[in-house]
Amino acid sequence: MSESATITSGGGLADPAARRSLMADVDRTPGSAKPDAILSVDTITRQFGGVTAVNVEHLEVQRGIITALIGPNGAGKTTFFNLITGFDKPTSAGKGARWSFNGKELGRTSASSVAKSGMVRTFQLTKSLNRMTVMDNMMLGAQGQSGERLTASMFRPLWRGQEGQVSEKALGLLERFKLLEKKDDYAGSLSGGQRKLLEMARALMTDPTMIMLDEPMAGVNPALTQSLLGHVQSLRDDGMTVLFVEHDMHVVRHISDWVVVMAEGRVVAEGPADTVMSDPAVVDAYLGAHHDTDLGDDALLEDDSLEREAAAEEHQREEEGQ
Amino acid sequence: MDQIFAILNATVSEAIAPATAGVAIAVIGLNLHFGFTGLLNIGQAGFMLLGAYGMAISVVQGVPMFFAVLIGLGLAILFATILGAPTLKLRGDYLAIVTISAAEIIRYVGRLAQFEKCEWSWCKKGTDFTGGSQGITSSTFTTPFKSISFFGDGAWTLSPFNYTSLGGSTAVRVLGLLVFLALVVGTVFFVRARRAAAARSWTDRLVVAVLVVLSVATLLFVFPQTMSRTQTDGWWVRAVAWTLVAVSTIVVLLLVRSPWGRLLRGIREDEEAMRSLGKNVFAVKMQALIIGGLFGALGGMVYVLASSVQADSLGRQITFFAYTALLIGGAASIFGPVLGTVIFYSARILIREAARTYVPNSILSDNQAQAFSFVVVGVILMLIVIFRPQGILGNKRELRFHV
Repeated sequence: MSESATITSGGGLADPAARRSLMADVDRTPGSAKPDAILSVDTITRQFGGVTAVNVEHLEVQRGIITALIGPNGAGKTTFFNLITGFDKPTSAGKGARWSFNGKELGRTSASSVAKSGMVRTFQLTKSLNRMTVMDNMMLGAQGQSGERLTASMFRPLWRGQEGQVSEKALGLLERFKLLEKKDDYAGSLSGGQRKLLEMARALMTDPTMIMLDEPMAGVNPALTQSLLGHVQSLRDDGMTVLFVEHDMHVVRHISDWVVVMAEGRVVAEGPADTVMSDPAVVDAYLGAHHDTDLGDDALLEDDSLEREAAAEEHQREEEGQ
Repeated sequence: MDQIFAILNATVSEAIAPATAGVAIAVIGLNLHFGFTGLLNIGQAGFMLLGAYGMAISVVQGVPMFFAVLIGLGLAILFATILGAPTLKLRGDYLAIVTISAAEIIRYVGRLAQFEKCEWSWCKKGTDFTGGSQGITSSTFTTPFKSISFFGDGAWTLSPFNYTSLGGSTAVRVLGLLVFLALVVGTVFFVRARRAAAARSWTDRLVVAVLVVLSVATLLFVFPQTMSRTQTDGWWVRAVAWTLVAVSTIVVLLLVRSPWGRLLRGIREDEEAMRSLGKNVFAVKMQALIIGGLFGALGGMVYVLASSVQADSLGRQITFFAYTALLIGGAASIFGPVLGTVIFYSARILIREAARTYVPNSILSDNQAQAFSFVVVGVILMLIVIFRPQGILGNKRELRFHV
């Protein structure tokens, strides 16, 4: 999908220049305020025993753009996803943890209500419903189906019309994701990449305002990655907000308008993809604070040089703590 | 030859017995739990016992039949709610543990001597309450049920047109039996052939239905059953019981073919995925547990109508029979529960009667033959799970992707 400088329908920010100018004035510091935040998170911590997996003080996600959430393994990205989508409860619940989506408080909401309010997620390990057909997988995504009420379910005329509309929409999405000829196959018979596509298409059946993709490109072959990237960008161009976790820096650089970096549970940096990569905190997070110290350097063996390193590190910690 | 016919006659008689129909209804409910929603309910006998007690005790206390049935069903709803509320948010194993223990609690409470007779002010003093370990005999609670019968008195034979109408010779019976076997084989081949085809049409279904009806008719032609029209364990109970089986099957068919049924299968596959799509998983699981429990209670009522409400006759083993029948017939299929139950109960009688007839008493006494029939059924279950895990009517394609 080429990034042509035209604004498509749906009021999306299809013009890259418009997106750049929108984010130009935003502070490149962790937790900076966005011009129009769709998701705003405050004081969320999650501890597993003594380990603090997530400790986010403040984070805002801008509406209508693609935000990438990156960080080394164990940085707490998926846990953070689970927390804001209601699949996990923060340890700080009741102690200042609050997050709002599209103006609605989500602190006490179940995962299903979060999805109903328009924030839909996918999973790192794809959750396709294997013993159901691709079409049934899709149909489950639709919201507000009257046939899903027990009382109405036994009377076909009550839901036949809606079922037809839903299946038409599902067929349209399957066509867009090139899964149409698989519609009557069991989801379990699809390849890993096709399941990722199916999961994304199924999430779109819910008509989300914000879609959260947990490693959408993991285990997908390069050709399919290209088309997945195209799909993600077209979602944004349609006016959807996208937040995604990804390890592949090429992918992040290619499609994200804003990058949030997490390390050891905290947000350590924010900014556009090209500048955030050179942020010292990000380099430290990925490569370690001593990545440019030559371990073979004999000078390190002298006591005072080690002390200098330690003091520098201490100083840096203090600065971050402020 | 006569011995073989006697054995087969007993088998056919068991296949259409009210108890078989009662268990079939309970298995239909269990299929909704286990086959479609993936709820591991190991206490279906508890639902059956509760339904049976609810109806029988109410009738003894003078409640009209219709309301007595409603009370039995109401108890099942209450039971399902109490069991489901704390466990349906947890992993499946918890429901399994809670259902089997709760079913046992109900059985033991039913057996308590304190509840044997009614000794309280709100019920008729001196009448049977649960009847303790003796149970409530059918004569004390089936009168209202028999009184609504329009079948009249006397005995009746099904089918009225049978081998005796054609002279009653053994040759006619053998011929009838061969026709029956041909019909069954024909049905199997027809279904297999059509299953390979992509879409199943209404004419295919009609052909299968006609073949099945013809097989049953032939079977009753060869082995006519003579019973009283309305008396206990007569045709009236059987007619009501099998009508209820048909109604239950249709209700489940309508339910699982709807978007609600799609929710059930989605939950069976992955609850988290369903949550991420905005579905209220807990509510749907609770609905499934209650509806399956209602079928269980209804099955329990049918089960006891021809015999008595006795706690031990609806114990753990009925739950395990129900699972065996479900796996034989095929979980998550529509007609599997009924077919599985009929095959399970009649096969057991076939084995038992054959063992009693052909194995000398010195080797296998009558009691041992009974136990032996359970052993054989157990072995059959193992073979089915190993070699045909989808059961007779289950969908193998669906099973292949079970991970």
